[in-house]
Amino acid sequence: MKTQIFRVLYYLMVGVFFGIVMTKSEAVSWFRIQEMFHFKSFHMYGIIGTAIGFGALFSYLIRRFKAKDLTGTPIYLEPKAPHGKYNLRYLLGGILFGMGWALTGACPGPVFVLLGHGFGVMAVVILAALVGTKVYARFHDRLAA
Amino acid sequence: MQALVDWISQPWPWYVSGFLISLMIPLLALFEGKPFGVSRNFRHLCAAILPGKDQYLKYDWQRVGWWNLTILGGAVLGGWVATIFLVPDQLHLSEAATHLIQGWGVSVGKALSPTFFMDTNFVLSAKGLLVFGVGGFLIGFGTRYAEGCTSGHAIAGLSNLQFPSLLAVIGFFIGGLLVSWFVLPVLFIN
Repeated sequence: MKTQIFRVLYYLMVGVFFGIVMTKSEAVSWFRIQEMFHFKSFHMYGIIGTAIGFGALFSYLIRRFKAKDLTGTPIYLEPKAPHGKYNLRYLLGGILFGMGWALTGACPGPVFVLLGHGFGVMAVVILAALVGTKVYARFHDRLAA
Repeated sequence: MQALVDWISQPWPWYVSGFLISLMIPLLALFEGKPFGVSRNFRHLCAAILPGKDQYLKYDWQRVGWWNLTILGGAVLGGWVATIFLVPDQLHLSEAATHLIQGWGVSVGKALSPTFFMDTNFVLSAKGLLVFGVGGFLIGFGTRYAEGCTSGHAIAGLSNLQFPSLLAVIGFFIGGLLVSWFVLPVLFIN
């Protein structure tokens, strides 16, 4: 019971950390996203590039030293499963998501962070995203080739 | 102490932000071997609220997703904490982007988000429905079809040298460029 509360608190704090970083980095800003898509500043590319660079280092170290998590289980960095010959779903799904990202100026994390900023309109975005998820679920069998 | 408060109150440089975001990977991996990926929460939420008859939504979402949904709750809280205690709005947008976006008919000030986010008339208009309704739909549908978003593909996936993630990120930019170059510039002009 005690450990369960600790786990919940841990993930909650990770989320708080994420929300603060997303805000302070200005990655939640609709303006910053348009700036990025028009190549008007290095800012967003710097953030994403640095995150990938250090992320790659951490991922490498985890694999290299066969790191275990706190429960003693070896960490498995799950690969992205190939789908079909050309992995088309990643590209097509990516294009659709990219359009939504530019329209709202927010990817899924920032949508929730912005809700915390007090933008009630993000509730509309979340509901619409759930409808999108539901429609995907309906066609999953046919799309999941 | 005051220097620390001042520093925290400022916008953070990209290399600090980028490094801090990358910490999400070890924070999740080293604790309980979890992957960094925000958008799968839409599946958990949908499984919780609208499961219906779809096999895709028939799984124990509480057991699989409680930790990720907890992060999501924390992200909302973190956004609130940041705006209350850490940032008086102080966007540092480039001159070039400021000019560009003002040319679309959207005013750019010091706030991180545009004023139309709070404009009920806009939100309830056809254009508002396109931005937030269609935009949200595409986020939900697109991230499920692509099996990930900026966190799962761009950050975690590329960090782990996953080719599918590279395809997804190329897709993000194709879709984002199309909308940002050809839809938004004409959308806000009456």
